[in-house]
This record gives sequence, structure tokens and C-alpha cells, in this order.
Amino acid sequence: MDFLTLLQVLDTSVRLATPLLLACLAGLYSERSGVVDIGLEGKMLAAAFFSAAAAYYSGNAWVGMLAGIGASVALATVHGLASITFRGNQLISGVAINFLAAGMTVLVAQSWFKQGGRTPSLTGSARFGPIELPFAIGPSDAEAAGRPLSRMIAEAGPLQQFYSELISGHSILVYLALLTVPLTWWLLFRTRFGLRLRAVGENPAAVDTAGVSVVWLRYSAVLICGVLCGIAGAYLSTALQAGFVKDMTAGRGFIALAALIFAKWRPVYALWSCLLFGLFQALELRPDIITNLTGFEVQIQLLGALPYILTVVILAGFIGKAIPPKASAEPYIKER
Amino acid sequence: MDKMPKWADIVLIPLISLFLAAFFSALVILAIGESPIEALKLMIDGALMRSSGWGYTLYYATNFLFTGLAVSVAFHARLFNIGGEGQAMIGGLGVALVCLYVPWPHWSLAILGASVGAACFGALWALIPAYLQAKRGSHIVITTIMFNFIAAALLNYVLVELLRPVGAMDPASAKFAAATHLPSFQDMFSTAETPMFRGAPANVTFFLALAACVFVWVLIWRTRLGYEIRAFGQSETGAKYAGISPVKITVVAMLISGGLAGMMSVNTTMGETERLILNSTEGAGFIGIAVALMGRNHPFGVFLAAILFGFLYQGGAELALWTSIPRELIVVIQALVILFTGALDNMVREPVEKIFIAMRRRNT
Repeated sequence: MDFLTLLQVLDTSVRLATPLLLACLAGLYSERSGVVDIGLEGKMLAAAFFSAAAAYYSGNAWVGMLAGIGASVALATVHGLASITFRGNQLISGVAINFLAAGMTVLVAQSWFKQGGRTPSLTGSARFGPIELPFAIGPSDAEAAGRPLSRMIAEAGPLQQFYSELISGHSILVYLALLTVPLTWWLLFRTRFGLRLRAVGENPAAVDTAGVSVVWLRYSAVLICGVLCGIAGAYLSTALQAGFVKDMTAGRGFIALAALIFAKWRPVYALWSCLLFGLFQALELRPDIITNLTGFEVQIQLLGALPYILTVVILAGFIGKAIPPKASAEPYIKER
Repeated sequence: MDKMPKWADIVLIPLISLFLAAFFSALVILAIGESPIEALKLMIDGALMRSSGWGYTLYYATNFLFTGLAVSVAFHARLFNIGGEGQAMIGGLGVALVCLYVPWPHWSLAILGASVGAACFGALWALIPAYLQAKRGSHIVITTIMFNFIAAALLNYVLVELLRPVGAMDPASAKFAAATHLPSFQDMFSTAETPMFRGAPANVTFFLALAACVFVWVLIWRTRLGYEIRAFGQSETGAKYAGISPVKITVVAMLISGGLAGMMSVNTTMGETERLILNSTEGAGFIGIAVALMGRNHPFGVFLAAILFGFLYQGGAELALWTSIPRELIVVIQALVILFTGALDNMVREPVEKIFIAMRRRNT
């Protein structure tokens, strides 16, 4: 395998890792506050549809993203009501939200667009286009030179190839997702809010005794989770692909959940685990590369199942131990 | 003293939750510009007013009986088995292997063999998450979710690479032998003059599902094991003190749960398609969650809830056929039922409890 092919695979990995990363960090906020969220998938799916629909009507990807965030936050509020206010079962609430999103998106899509549960294709400014960083070889250079882009990159030096192929040319949401990692780390480990958020996931009674509202903290975590899932969904339908199709999240919310466990609920580890799972997804699209590399054929079904298998192995504690926040999935009852 | 009488807990609360779910479903139908009354009429006509409609309703109900019982047995041990879908898929593999490689002389023997195959494979798929929960403390909800995806990948691999007949294009096994054909309701109840259940897939497996209901009732309320499962579900420390092994109960409850989920495939794979196909479960494993929640984990409640969801499924198919409402309406209704009977249970329960307490005060 030559250097350029490697770069192309890594480039695809980054694209595919972005929605995982956003959803994974979303889950991180929620679970660190003690609210387990298996409804990441549903929130992403709802956001993907409403982003695509709003972007189609307005012709503006940013308006689309706001609509997506709105839909995702609405579902997050339902989850908050069920698991914080009414102290219900957080897992059951998450399951309900996943199904609600799976059904509602198709129902509304059919009612609005009558295209069998999809939105019309998005073009132009209704999508988040690639950003060409300065000095990188991008489509505009290729147009100016009148030669195909792939040829120009292939002729460039390795450093320029690395920069143009892997670093440059992503949509703005990819860079935003990467920036969210240090931001989350800073917020959780260097601010008062973050300390309290982590404390409420470990020992809510202590936080309550200190005079800080458990309910408020958990709601804010659940709402941040909603916003990040909203961006993840918007990325799926307005950046990675051009429009919404039925069930387009395809289990990504659960892979993000797996990545979160793999990362042991830490933001920087989350980045690495999402990139790893993104790489698996990228290789699933290019099975020929593994065949060339190792000399034998690898089952693509195995590659697809690898994130789940790895998560089970991690959960089983055979490679390190993944210990969730202590108070996760337990509703807080102020007085007994 | 209880906050409210038992009948209110068993009948009133589920009815209020169901009413709320129905109310919001009606709002959804209104919002997409259709009439909820018309929709309900169509659903009833299509699912209950003809014998073939009943044939479909009961066929779907058979699936939901098995998966609903599976979820409720696990719930009694306070384990949330969200992996019914995967266990049913692997159960289907068991059915297919038994039907393909054993020369059965008669369907009555074949259905026994297939049930054993399905239950063993389904239980096996639940064993690993159960063991990890019991011994290593890995959360069973997460592991069973992961096992759903692993099951889908495994089934895909087996169908594409191993069981697919040479030269066939679609990922499915070969057709089972004719001797394994299960009598459908049409075969059983039609007479020469009056054909009944024409073309409907309901088959003898329905009675197997009813037997499973009785089995679960006896198991949970009339055996020592059932007592241990319930005790463990009520209080793990209390059960431990009484000498009940948490490891044993976790593993056994999940084995039974997985076995029941797996047996759903006897209905779909042997009774309907008569070969193993991808996605024969069609989400029935997840509907089991809604069915168990609505049925309050009691076999009779599960039976009623399974019939209701069978009706919704068949009615939903009719709606999709005659109106512009897609089948996904059922997924929305299912979500609302899970939301109101499961997650928002306290929202319904607390006001009702308050009313009962107020009434009691006035009387004394």
C-alpha cells in the first residue's frame, strides 16, 4: 500500500469518525452527570432529518443545523423529564426515544416530501462544503490549472499530500468536532461546572448537601448532550451526505456508546476510540486494502462487528477495566 | 398500607398510559393531515373484521408473545434484556440448522426439534452477556445491545458465505423440506364450504406461544426457581442473605429469557418463510419490551398486550396499503407506549396515588 492510499483511508476515517465523536462526547456529558443515554441514536436521527428538511427549505446549511439541534434538544428534554423529573428508568426512556425518532422521521418525511421517507437531495449552500485550508491543493487549484485534482495531489510531495489530503478539505463541522474535544476536557476538568458535573455523576447526595441543585446540573448535561447530538445529525445529512434517508444513522449512536465505554468516559480517549472505530468503518468500504496488506481476505461483516466485539471485551474487563460513573442510571431522590 | 388498591395498579395505570399513548398517536396522525377516526376504522376493518386479518394479527402476536415473555422473565430478576432481537436472530439459525440437516418424518416432531434448536441457540446468545453481568459486572443492557449488532453481522456472514445455496443470489438459506411445513390456521380451520384465514401466516406455533405463557406463569409463581428469581429482583442483598446465588439466578434467568426470544423464530422461520432469511425478526425483539411493560410482566398481561400489538402491526400494514400513512406509524405508537408505560410511569402513577389517598382521607 502506498502512502497516498493510506492517506485516503485515514481521510475517510476522519469523515466517518466525526459523527461518532460528536455523539460520543454528547453521551459523555450525560453519563458523567449520572444520566445514562442509549437514545443517542434517536437524537442523531431526528436531527439528521430536521437539518436536511430545514436546509432544503431555507437553502442554508446553518439554518438546517439549528433546526436539527432544536429537534435533538426536544428529545433530550423528554429524556430529562423521564429520567430526572419523574425518576423513571433511563434505559427504557432511551429505547423509547430511539423508536420515536425512527418512526417520526419517516412519518414526517413522507408527509412533507412524499419521497418514501427521504428528503430531496441538497445542493449548494444547503450543504456544508469542504473547506480548503491555505496552501493546500484543493478543487479550486485543480480548476485553475485545468487538471484533475487526484493527479495534482499524486504529483505533490509527501508533506503536501498529507496536508492536502488529510488535514485540508473537510467540512467545518469536522474541525468543530475536533475542537470540542479539548473544550470538553477543559470544561469537565478545569471549571467549577465540570467538577460539579462529575461529582453529581458519582455522588449526587454530596452535591446536594453542598447546596448545588442536582436537577439543574443533570438537566444542563442532558441539554448539552442534545446540542451535540444535533450537530452530529446535521453533519450526517448536510455534510457527509446530501440529504436524509430513512434510518441513516445506521447504528452510529450505539457505536458512539461503545466508543464512550472504550474511552472509559474520558474526552481525549474518546477522540482516539472514535478515530479507531472510524477507521474500521473506512476499511469496511475498502476491503481490497486489507487483502493487499495482509494477503488474505477479511470478512467485511467481521470488520463491521469489530467495534461491538471490542466493547464487550473491554466491558468484560479483560483489557483494563471500564468503570462507569458510580451514580449512573440511578435517579436522585432528595428525601427518603 | 398500600397507597392504592391492587386493581388500580394492575388495570387503571396501564389503561391511563395506553390512553395517553393513543391520544398522542392521534395527534401525530392529525399533524400529518389524516383523520385518526378513519385510520382506526381502517385498522379495525383490516385486522379484526376478516378471518384473514385475524390470521395476520395472531401471527404477529405469536412473535410478540415470545419476545414479551422473554423480556418479562428477565425483568422479574431486574435484568433488562434488550437483546431479544439478536437472540431471536440466532434462534432462527438454530431453527434453520435443525430443519435443513435433520430428515424429519413429520411436522409434529420437526416443531419439537426446531423449538429445542431455537431455544438453545437463543439461550446461548444470552449466556455470554449473562455471564459477563454475573461474574464481571459488565452492564447487561450495553452488552446485549452490542450482541444484537454482533448477531446481525454473524447471521449475515453465515447466510452469505455458508448457508446460501450455490448459484442463489439473495442471502438466504435453502428451502426447508416439505415434511417440516407447519399447519397454518388455514389448513387447520378451513372446511370445504367455508375457507378461513385464507393466505394468512398464523400457524400452529401460536399454541406453542400460549403454552409458553402457561410455562412462564408456572415458573415464576409456582416453582422454587421462580421464587428465587423474584426474590433476587426485589432485593439482591436480601436474596443473597437467603442463600440465593446471584450468579446462578442471573445466568438462569437470562438463559430462559434468551431461549424464549429464540423460539420466536419457530414462528417466523419455520411457520412463515420456511427458509432462513436476513431480518426475519423485523424488530419483534424490541416490541417485546413494549409488550412486557404494558403487560406488567405477567403472562396474561403479556398475552393481551401481544394481541394489541399484533392488531397494531396488521392494522398498520392495512393503513400503509390504503392511505398515505406509512407503516412507521406503528413504530411511533410503540415508542409512545414504551415512553408512557415505562419511562414516564411515575408521571401517571403519582397523581393517581394522590387521588386515592385523598379519597381515603375523606372516607375516614
